[in-house]
Amino acid sequence: MTNRSSRPWYLAPYYIWIVLFVIAPIALVVYFSFLDLAGDFTLENYANFFSSTYFRMTLSSFWYAFLITLISVLIAYPTAYWLTKTKHKQLWLLLIIIPSWINLLLKAYAFIGIFGLYGPANQLIQFFGAGPLQILFTDFSFIFVAVYIFIPFMVLPIFNSLDKINPALIDASRDLGASQWTTFRRVIFPLAINGVKSGVQAVFIPALSLFVITRLIAGNKVITLGTAIEQQFLVTQNWGMGSTIAVFLILFMIIIMLLTGPKEKGGALNGKAK
Amino acid sequence: MKGIIRASAAIVIISAVLFYAVHLLESSSATSGSGSISVYNWGEYIDPELIDQFEEETGIQVIYETFDSNESMMTKVEQGGTSYDVAMPSEYAIEKMKENDLLLPIDHSKLPNLDNIDPYFLDLPFDPGNEYSIPYFWGTVGIAYNPTLLEGQTFENWDDLWNPTLEQEVILVDSAREVIGMGLNSLGYSLNSTDLGELREATDKLKTLGPNVKAIIGDEIVEMMRREEAAVAVTWSGQAADMMWINEDIDYAVPEEGSNLWFDNMIIPSTAGNVDGAHQFINFMLDAEVAAQNADYVGYSSPNAAALELMDPEVTGDERFYPTEQMRDRLEVYENLGLEMLGVYNELFLEFKMDMEK
Repeated sequence: MTNRSSRPWYLAPYYIWIVLFVIAPIALVVYFSFLDLAGDFTLENYANFFSSTYFRMTLSSFWYAFLITLISVLIAYPTAYWLTKTKHKQLWLLLIIIPSWINLLLKAYAFIGIFGLYGPANQLIQFFGAGPLQILFTDFSFIFVAVYIFIPFMVLPIFNSLDKINPALIDASRDLGASQWTTFRRVIFPLAINGVKSGVQAVFIPALSLFVITRLIAGNKVITLGTAIEQQFLVTQNWGMGSTIAVFLILFMIIIMLLTGPKEKGGALNGKAK
Repeated sequence: MKGIIRASAAIVIISAVLFYAVHLLESSSATSGSGSISVYNWGEYIDPELIDQFEEETGIQVIYETFDSNESMMTKVEQGGTSYDVAMPSEYAIEKMKENDLLLPIDHSKLPNLDNIDPYFLDLPFDPGNEYSIPYFWGTVGIAYNPTLLEGQTFENWDDLWNPTLEQEVILVDSAREVIGMGLNSLGYSLNSTDLGELREATDKLKTLGPNVKAIIGDEIVEMMRREEAAVAVTWSGQAADMMWINEDIDYAVPEEGSNLWFDNMIIPSTAGNVDGAHQFINFMLDAEVAAQNADYVGYSSPNAAALELMDPEVTGDERFYPTEQMRDRLEVYENLGLEMLGVYNELFLEFKMDMEK
């Protein structure tokens, strides 16, 4: 009961929000996943999910999400590291963030033009002597555009955690004779790992359910769980099956959150010595 | 704390000013005439000038919204929320909406222009006596192709799409019934087949088309074909007409084995708020001159006989877009196969997409 009295009244809007817009929708999704087309209780949707089509779709969604996340980390980590060393940090950061304010559809349509047979990308290739290549509607274009879209969400958390590292720690490491590589491996990397983890969460989870760019950039040759959910709801009108896929997506997300969640090892790790 | 209060106050004041501005704008544009109607139509499916003309003539304000599939349109009407007064679904969707009581009967006495419609398009099986629907446009599904990008291939048969020289050249429309239907037609089956064996055979055959498929997309097809990014597209006749409008090299053919013949119709959803305005709008669209102008703009085939007389005979005599009644016999109209069967079609379509070479 002491617990209750310690919760101030002004948290009420927060609880109402959570119940209405987080708990209730998830409960509804779970409820619908047990209904068939006629609205009767069934477990068939779950059986159906483990059929070959959806199982392969899940695997391929994971594979693409993995590639997108991996490439984003490989690009974002050095970028974030370099950002912490620059003079005008906030300006550079802003330049990286601004593209994420532009509507996703607009960016996708721009890439249709850029990657087209007569677009700038192919003109560049032709300049170097190769014939026009089919870039649009390939794995390459899909992953390229997805990485482009997600990079700001990876750079930001990594930058924040790198920026928080006390320079004295790095100096100390050098003074004690560690090489640059060892300093990175033993000091910088462990201190910034939580930034990478939140970056992975911010990229991997949405990448699992991308559906706009799978159509516009990959020409529906890449099918993710998001595409399947959209189709079940809007075309097939099988809300039960759509909800079942959504339930699995939520489960995958929870698993990923648990895997990448920050592990508390005492305050010292993140602590900025003051 | 002071800063937060000040910032919040600023946001509240700005919102209030914007809200008032919107209110002013809306009331100034809707002062004259008898209210407004909301029209729910496919994208790129009306000449916008005609909306202005209708507003001027009747004083009724038109709120115009678009959808991209019959299914999403039905979902939105069913959920209520917005009360649409006129919508333009296809025939099988009308059957389904009728079953679900989502339609209001249409009062023919309020539509004097109904006489303009070719009787061939009236009293069709999906809506006997046109109790709930009035023809808007009709058309076919076929193959649009650009001979300048090809080496003399023609498309009399669906099987011509399987030609190995067309590697990575064919765009398909992102719609389960069109693509599975094409597979069924190419094997000589009905595109309303509910036989699981036939459907399986059609899907397996479609999978062998994989290497030729460049993409499966929606309205972007038109732009792709115009810019000569692709040589061949399976699409609706009106989209083909749109492509030809810009790129005159493009041609369109309906394969001999048969294909889909479809009708889009004006209906009044049961949620309509201005039934009288809806009738006025439908009657306006049936006017010969209006229908002719609209058909010119949209590029689909008009069922309006009086309008056809006003149009360029070169257009209305073009058998690719106005096939003769004899040619229409090869074509099939989609039947409402029910949600269960629609699910099967979509599952197979998904399987086909999953199987494609990237």
